[in-house]
Amino acid sequence: MSLSRRQFIQLISLAGAAGMLPATASAASRRQGEDLYQTPGFGNVSLLHITDTHAQLNPIYFREPSVNLGLGRAKGKAPHLVGEALLHHFGIAAGTPEAHAFTYLGFSEAAQQYGKVGGFAHLATLVKQIRAERGEGNSLLLDGGDTWQGSGTALWTRGKDMVGACNLLGVDVMTGHWEFTYRDSEVLQNINDFNGDFVANNVSLTEDALFDYRFSDFAGYDEDSGHAFKPYTMREVNGVRVAVIGQAFPYTPIANPSRFIPDWTFGIRPEEMQERVDQIREKENPAVVVVISHNGMDVDLKLAEVVSGIDVIFGGHTHDGVPAPIAVSNRGGKTLVTNAGSNGKYLGVMDLDVRGGKVQDFRYRLLPIFSNLLKADAEMQRYIDEVRRPYLGQLNEKLALAEDLLYRRGNFNGTFDQIICDAQRVVGDAEIALSPGFRWGTTVLPGQAITMENLLDQTATTYPETYVREMSGADIKRILEDVLDNLFNPDPFFQQGGDMVRVGGLDYVCEPGATIGSRVSDLTLDSGKKLEATKKYKVAGWATVGSQAPGAPIWEVVAEYLRQQKVAKIEKMNLPKLKGVAGNPGIAA
Amino acid sequence: MNMKRRLFLKGTLASTTIALAAGAGLITPQQLLAAWPESAFGAKSVDDAYSAIGGGARTPSDAVMIKAPQIAENGAVVPITVSSTLKGVTRIAILVEKNATPLVALYQLPTGTHPYVSTRIKMGKTSNVIAMIEAEGALYTAEKEVKVTIGGCGG
Repeated sequence: MSLSRRQFIQLISLAGAAGMLPATASAASRRQGEDLYQTPGFGNVSLLHITDTHAQLNPIYFREPSVNLGLGRAKGKAPHLVGEALLHHFGIAAGTPEAHAFTYLGFSEAAQQYGKVGGFAHLATLVKQIRAERGEGNSLLLDGGDTWQGSGTALWTRGKDMVGACNLLGVDVMTGHWEFTYRDSEVLQNINDFNGDFVANNVSLTEDALFDYRFSDFAGYDEDSGHAFKPYTMREVNGVRVAVIGQAFPYTPIANPSRFIPDWTFGIRPEEMQERVDQIREKENPAVVVVISHNGMDVDLKLAEVVSGIDVIFGGHTHDGVPAPIAVSNRGGKTLVTNAGSNGKYLGVMDLDVRGGKVQDFRYRLLPIFSNLLKADAEMQRYIDEVRRPYLGQLNEKLALAEDLLYRRGNFNGTFDQIICDAQRVVGDAEIALSPGFRWGTTVLPGQAITMENLLDQTATTYPETYVREMSGADIKRILEDVLDNLFNPDPFFQQGGDMVRVGGLDYVCEPGATIGSRVSDLTLDSGKKLEATKKYKVAGWATVGSQAPGAPIWEVVAEYLRQQKVAKIEKMNLPKLKGVAGNPGIAA
Repeated sequence: MNMKRRLFLKGTLASTTIALAAGAGLITPQQLLAAWPESAFGAKSVDDAYSAIGGGARTPSDAVMIKAPQIAENGAVVPITVSSTLKGVTRIAILVEKNATPLVALYQLPTGTHPYVSTRIKMGKTSNVIAMIEAEGALYTAEKEVKVTIGGCGG
């Protein structure tokens, strides 16, 4: 994985060369850009969708995965397509800005050519443009959640920088996931400060909390139904009644600490979704019923099969940048399912033709936000600069130079994860390191400085504490098996939507298509010794969900390592050897 | 779902508290019921538990409904609701296949009771949860897998 010194120098010079050619490159890009953002109007109701921006206020790089395996029924189908398979499936020409946006292909070079993506100021320009084109009152801006977490500033302001940005952007309706990783009182305060509606049909109070709820005066709470938040909202768009139902991440108290939100219980709850859709259809006289979902795309595809009466599920969570919706048949007809990527890279635009009280037809685009092609909105840029100013000293600290392309996304260790694992092993003097398989985390190009901000992009959680402790070989295998089953369980309703736990100092053979307990074999330490079930090993890790770990925050551990290293090199990637996935279009050939 | 949830919960929790307290060893079997099926609650396998509560032939039935989470948020308190559209239900049993002692609750319903019980059970690991209902002398079952996971690493 590690580039040879010569390749490294070549890359850097390539990067330099790309930078030297702004005139031609940007002229070409501009032409493509003008076409890219032409979205001719269609129909009479436009629903714009962002999701999983993970608090990336400024433009960033984000490499899409080269491993995003689908098994069983999901094999070879969107969203489990990567690289050329994805381009081919969606009819995207190679070597275009879209090909760069939707795939990892030639990432470092293409990133130099097309520049950074996302950023709320650039997003705001596009949102304003499209909303103006569609006409006042003819569109809604929906947010699927994972918006108020993911950056240093979001963590330090407890999500408030993003609440402000979303209010400026004009988000009408949202649901949540990482929003729930602040303390419950902070979550409710953020929702109170948010100008739109926060909806969640699948979050209710636990039975214990119902007896004496600390937040019984919160506006969205319904004592009779037990819902902690407003389940849905009705909006009138161009004279059409649109129902927007919220589906928060169903496994929040399992995948993230429940100790911050002890009173709330979640779940996929397909029966309750059906009841809700039926109730809305019967009582609210809607022409359009949509769900903003943080289920993850595979879960949404199954939900669309078992629940009828939903026109569109606007999905997120699994960070799949899916260029076109998937139409799922159910007993009521068809439901469109989308997924709009992550880190502010995309804006989903769904134009609906609604006549005779129902949706007749649609057009959809998932527009990549190229910050070189869209002007920054001045008002939003001012806000961003202001909200970030107090933190710039910390954010801009250069920790080390990146020798390799550093990214996270993918089913198994990304290069940035390997750095995090290496750092934990060195600083904690541990044989093995574990790091969560989050799908957020921005990308650093080879030759760039890794700043504290980049590091916080990978690590900024409210439970960042580290540990170094002894675990038996059997315990380690059990953890790997458990997480693999969250990722590859054949029933999507059991998939929690993260990627595989990242591992340092340990290799293994992985058969994704096997069942829990038998996917992992041949566990081998970097020393070449086999992992023994009964032997104890020193393991370093972070982001414990059950209780707070005793050690320093992970960014301090990694920063210490990077400052020492000066140039961040990856000696060895601890990627598992995969079995039974040859020819799967969800993995780079 | 439409009834006043809070009032309703107060009612159900009161009735299931007895079973929980018994499970925790706070109430001795003798105190709880004269006819406490000690051997059933002590049985180490599902089949032994069935025999001990006087099981005969059991028919899997869609008329027995289990509401349980797909993945438990907390294995120590997994909410389980069993209900049925069958008439003449006299007993409802809840069993967790992989628990050391699978029978976790047994409800005797007086004639005319709406067959609907809700409780919280403890589960050490991923297992099938089985609901068995006795209606007009015949036994019906349904089962649902509830996963108990280590948690974390999502997102």
